[in-house]
Amino acid sequence: MTFDYHEPATVDEATHLLRGHGGDAVALAGGAAFAILYRQGLIRPGHVVGLRRCEELRGIRLEGDALWSGALATHREVERSEAVRSHHPALAEAFARIATVRIRHQATVGGNLAHADPAQDPPPMLIALDAIARVAGPDGARRDVPVERLFVDHLTTSLADGELILGVSVPPVVAGTRATYVKFLPASLDDYATVSVAAAVRLDGDGRVASARVALGGAAPVPIRARAVERALIGARPAPALLRDAAELVRDEVDPLDGVRGSAAFKRDMATVWTRRALERLVA
Amino acid sequence: MRTRPIRVTVNGVAIERDVPVERFLIDLLRDDLDLTGTKESCGIGVCGACSVIVDGALVSSCLMPVVLVDGAVIETIEGLASGDALSPLQDAFIARGGFQCGICTPGQIVAASALLRENPRASRADVDGWMMGNLCRCTGYEGITNAILAVSRGSS
Repeated sequence: MTFDYHEPATVDEATHLLRGHGGDAVALAGGAAFAILYRQGLIRPGHVVGLRRCEELRGIRLEGDALWSGALATHREVERSEAVRSHHPALAEAFARIATVRIRHQATVGGNLAHADPAQDPPPMLIALDAIARVAGPDGARRDVPVERLFVDHLTTSLADGELILGVSVPPVVAGTRATYVKFLPASLDDYATVSVAAAVRLDGDGRVASARVALGGAAPVPIRARAVERALIGARPAPALLRDAAELVRDEVDPLDGVRGSAAFKRDMATVWTRRALERLVA
Repeated sequence: MRTRPIRVTVNGVAIERDVPVERFLIDLLRDDLDLTGTKESCGIGVCGACSVIVDGALVSSCLMPVVLVDGAVIETIEGLASGDALSPLQDAFIARGGFQCGICTPGQIVAASALLRENPRASRADVDGWMMGNLCRCTGYEGITNAILAVSRGSS
């Protein structure tokens, strides 16, 4: 088995190639997800479109108040970026704990999102931070998709043939917002999490929850946002009983699968435990 | 079979080869260049046996599509010694018993080299974090960690 390899110099050329070959083409960023899927025979594309010459996909920078990461930024670049560390320290910390340093040197922000593996670390953290993916289509088309709405099923995004992810924009957080990412790793620290929870919470001057975002990985066919948990928190004082009761609501929001990292029932239990722990870290 | 000319510098030597596009860096190293110090074990980027350095960054060569290394500077275990003189890390692995069967050792030493290049004063915690994905089924890791700390300037 083999494929035709293309290496366009611009995003426009890349989107035309991807559209021209329809579902028979895949985009290649850092190659980590591609390699894992290809080596196990899970994908057999006829055409591979390498993006590495597309300079506009590189770089991490501030655009106004928002943090921009190009699709080709590696996880290690995010982890070490001064802009990320100073504006979104929880994001830098979440990226620093992805798999191993070898993977972080290779895997990219855009490739990770396009992979749409629900057990990956970046999506829940990006969802909790209200991040937006910028998507390029053929003929200069551009559209913004909240990361929360990028995923439609296991290993499946809402991207159409001919579309690719340019990068993600993370809006500034309101002063006083605290964010964290916790993951349940019963085997080893470099494993995929059984479940993971990202949360961002801000208290008002009165000590009540003014805003809350809670997102989970590994708990459904796609990364999910736990809206019932968020609603239970808003306007309330974050006493231990409230956090426990709010976290319990995640039980009906998750849709876990039986897998090697736990049964569906176990993951449901662990989703409530780790949601509570994430919230306790933020307001304790 | 569709091939592509790949130009790389491997351990200081410039090389050009026509390589089938669906291959991975480890195939180029082991099969085409006969650099068999780099080992393949899990084949999906988990175990670290195939660790190499590409443009200064430690990666798994089994996960690296060969088309992505065109133009890159690659360092493998074969490039660490100078003639018969082993690198300080290689000496330390011998002196501290940092291996038994040896299959993971090239990856361990390449990974540790990358760590100490980035962080010459790596602490035990730094070593544990960086080396986490380089699996060894013999040593229990103590000898490996001690060998790396013996070379790290931050440990004494």
